[in-house]
Amino acid sequence: MKSIRLLKVVVFLACFVPLALLGLKAYNGALGANPIEVITHATGDWTLRLLLVTLAITPLRKLTGQPWLIRFRRVIGLFAFFYGILHFLTYIWLDKFFDLHEMVADIAKRRFITVGFTGFVLLIPLAITSTSGWIRRLGGKRWQVLHRLIYFSAIAGVIHYLWLVKADIRKPLEYAAVLALLLGYRLVGSLSAMIAPKPISFPPGRTEVSEG
Amino acid sequence: MLIKNSIDIRSSDITPKDLYLSRRKFLASVTVAGAAVMTGVGLRELASPSTVAEANAKIDNVQKSRFSTTEKITPYKDVTNYNNYYEFSTDKYGPAGLAKDFKTRPWTVTIDGLVKKKQVLDVDSIIKMATPEERIYRHRCVEGWSIVVPWIGLSLNELIKKAEPLGKAKFVQFTTIHDPKQMPGQKGTVLEWPYVEGLRMDEAMHPLALLCFGMYGEVLPNQDGAPLRIVVPWKYGFKSAKAIVKVSFKEEQPINTWNLAAPNEYGFYSNVNPNVDHPRWSQAKERRLGEFFKRPTLMFNGYGDQMASLYNGMDLRKNF
Repeated sequence: MKSIRLLKVVVFLACFVPLALLGLKAYNGALGANPIEVITHATGDWTLRLLLVTLAITPLRKLTGQPWLIRFRRVIGLFAFFYGILHFLTYIWLDKFFDLHEMVADIAKRRFITVGFTGFVLLIPLAITSTSGWIRRLGGKRWQVLHRLIYFSAIAGVIHYLWLVKADIRKPLEYAAVLALLLGYRLVGSLSAMIAPKPISFPPGRTEVSEG
Repeated sequence: MLIKNSIDIRSSDITPKDLYLSRRKFLASVTVAGAAVMTGVGLRELASPSTVAEANAKIDNVQKSRFSTTEKITPYKDVTNYNNYYEFSTDKYGPAGLAKDFKTRPWTVTIDGLVKKKQVLDVDSIIKMATPEERIYRHRCVEGWSIVVPWIGLSLNELIKKAEPLGKAKFVQFTTIHDPKQMPGQKGTVLEWPYVEGLRMDEAMHPLALLCFGMYGEVLPNQDGAPLRIVVPWKYGFKSAKAIVKVSFKEEQPINTWNLAAPNEYGFYSNVNPNVDHPRWSQAKERRLGEFFKRPTLMFNGYGDQMASLYNGMDLRKNF
């Protein structure tokens, strides 16, 4: 119990490391010739990476039989959203300078921005309903269904990356491969559950959330 | 079990290759640094040790050009550390290091196709064809960033005149060297190699088109296209082929590499045009390296006075 709390602090701090490194580089003037591009790419990369880590927790927990891993899912997922906000902010501030008209035109016209924006918006209800209070209010089942939006958000994120690169699609394909693996695991799980005989149902009123 | 015969051991096996190479590099850099400090040109490099920058040989007797802009020149370290040069890497921060040992001598340029004088020229003889000129040009990348560079070179038409193209020649194609051993990016298939680019004859003959072999008063750094490159400042950067080994004169419009990779995104002309967007992003604005706010992109990158007449009557939306 105590060690999990300690580990949570470690995970919390670790999630700040990419931002701290970026800040340190900015302070030292080491962000290179095009700092805004570096910031945009770094925040985007970490949004996607942390989304994939969030999605990796359930498979990892099941495969290793370590149920306590679930307790890190919320914090990592929220950090994915946090980096998503930073990514979005660099776009509207450093790229568009809060030019709302240009932004709306961009979101409507550029498909890589449309899909990226969609992925970001999908995360908002998940961040809002991430508290224990909301899990209780919605009920575990409904909460779970809602939070499957993360699958679509991650898919949108990978497509966003794939559509914005000029010719070298190797990196976005790496993300796509990891995501395919993580979603494939779930697909196989639910398919085999459909085929297998129904398990004994849980007693009613159970709100613990462990699937996802 | 494998027993290695002592005869098989070469001297390069005794000292690991990267170690003796780094030793050589160290000696070379000490020499270069020493020379640079003595002449004072290395101060800029010493001030920012984190970036790769080596002092290159100075170019003498450089003439000023009436085509130069008075805009603020982009810092040398940005122009030498932020390079779209896929032959080395798709990472813009890669070429500075990866091109370090690229060999630019001996180097020849083959002139072929529809010309009277097919020939193979040594790069040094090309450089001596005319008095070198400094041209401070705006340079706009198709990705939406821009720089101002004091290039050194001579008008491309000097070389073309020497080749004596036939009347049938309507286009000229430039080919970049293909050498995967020296250019790690060419081991991959991100683009088709060798890199080719082309211009219409009147574009290539225009005095603004530069055959470039230097910048910032010095010999062109490897990561910027040494020993010889094209600079056509009214077009997006990828039209300015680097490290060229062949100039071919053709009747038909030649293929250009980026057009081959994505025909709907990169046209043959690729004139800088704020009114025609790239299918995936806007070209209305650009980020000048070193500036915080984006600035509006100018038609023909601000070279409309010289260039617009070449495209009279052409639909630039179709001929993007």
